[in-house]
Amino acid sequence: MSTIKFSEDHEWVVTHDDGTALIGITDYAQEQLGELVYIELPEVGAEVEKGEAVAVIESVKSASDLLMPVSGEIIEVNEELDADPGKVNEDALGAGWFIKVKLADAGELDELMDEDKYMQSLED
Amino acid sequence: MAQQNNSVKQTALHDLHVELGARMVPFAGYDMPVQYPMGISKEHLQTRSHAGLFDVSHMGQVLIKGENAAKALETLVPVDIIDLPAMKQRYALFTNERGGVMDDLMVTNAGDHLFVVVNAACKQQDINHLRQHIGNDVDIEVLEDQALLALQGPQAAEVMSRLTKIDDDMIFMTAASLNIDGVECFVTRSGYSGEDGFEISVHNDDAMQLARTLLAQPEVEPVGLGARDSLRLESGLCLYGHDLDQNTTPVESSLLWALSKVRRADGARPGGYPGADIIMQQIANGVERKRVGIKPQGRMPVRDGAILMDQDNNEIGIVTSGGFGPTVNGPVAMGYVKTAYAVPETDLFAIVRGKQVPVQVVKLPFVKQNYYRGK
Repeated sequence: MSTIKFSEDHEWVVTHDDGTALIGITDYAQEQLGELVYIELPEVGAEVEKGEAVAVIESVKSASDLLMPVSGEIIEVNEELDADPGKVNEDALGAGWFIKVKLADAGELDELMDEDKYMQSLED
Repeated sequence: MAQQNNSVKQTALHDLHVELGARMVPFAGYDMPVQYPMGISKEHLQTRSHAGLFDVSHMGQVLIKGENAAKALETLVPVDIIDLPAMKQRYALFTNERGGVMDDLMVTNAGDHLFVVVNAACKQQDINHLRQHIGNDVDIEVLEDQALLALQGPQAAEVMSRLTKIDDDMIFMTAASLNIDGVECFVTRSGYSGEDGFEISVHNDDAMQLARTLLAQPEVEPVGLGARDSLRLESGLCLYGHDLDQNTTPVESSLLWALSKVRRADGARPGGYPGADIIMQQIANGVERKRVGIKPQGRMPVRDGAILMDQDNNEIGIVTSGGFGPTVNGPVAMGYVKTAYAVPETDLFAIVRGKQVPVQVVKLPFVKQNYYRGK
């Protein structure tokens, strides 16, 4: 079973039963950033703390950070984003995922929002 | 001009931008469209292939009137204004006492007066500068109720020809008073995209009607400030405050072409503008740094402020404009380097987030300028 959670910085985390999670940015975030032209992904193996900048997202206009919504070890990165960062614009919650992590502290997930709460936060 | 509580001004086309779904941002004191739903990249490509309509009403429009208008303005710019033919336009620079650039501007000889367009962010400074230095000799009239629309792109002329009469001799940097589908306008064949196009000065009361007429043409889409920046950068055009500033001279800026021959040391009217001694000395003896094109070698954009280093890790320059060029389909940048490194194909590194990114010095522009210079 997998669960999706959201951060205030517009990242999503999909957790799996094996203690791993996929992380990306939300559809709202990609829309705000506009067309993405380059994504700098971290090294596999890096241990990253919650709140740390882990990837750089370059749009035509500006550069922004992907902030880690949870702590963990990077076990995979979406290398397809090197050739086609536009995947994030097309399918932010699917093919446009950024990194896969091994969660350091599953308890951190409780600090994130569920989908209803996140959608509500966008309206506020 | 409508004014909100927070004192961010609106242009006459503000409601239209909102209606078109633009993302509005504060820019130089105005609430301006940075992009429309089409998005920066597509708006950019639209302008290169068809035509884009830009609202540039935030820019300052000033009339300089009086018998000595051209002579007076020449005391503030290193450019030939006295011999600027009627209905011709010229690029000029306000210089300071150190030879630095206070602003860049467009000057048109409109017959019985000069029509001047200055940057939005420098508008008040420029008006004060004009009043202080030449206000006693000429009348300075700021056009507060005039909008400025830019129609840019290879199909701009076709669009205009459908709505008004464009003479064949209205080439790049020429002006005309035109009635565009019933609206009286003052038009110059110029712009900031590197493409053929027109800048249209129109009364605020008529701006909305004119904009809607132009947008109703099948070739035209609205284009925001985001694409305006990527278009000018690919075309190698300077952005004041980034590529030009008070501490940078026109010689360092590689804008020698803008310094008229008659105003140089061996010309008929040498000097006579602020900082002339420094600028003429630099023309004669060269400068220590120069503006060049910078091409990042990978896909990663290199942006304003990135330090440039040579192969031996010596800091030799800085990026002043950088981003992604949709037509180039890759990152593009401009910056200043020590003159010894200003040779095309010199390999350098830009420092981005602590990492070395390989870049190369290149000739500007990145995309060939496509101005209409006659048949």
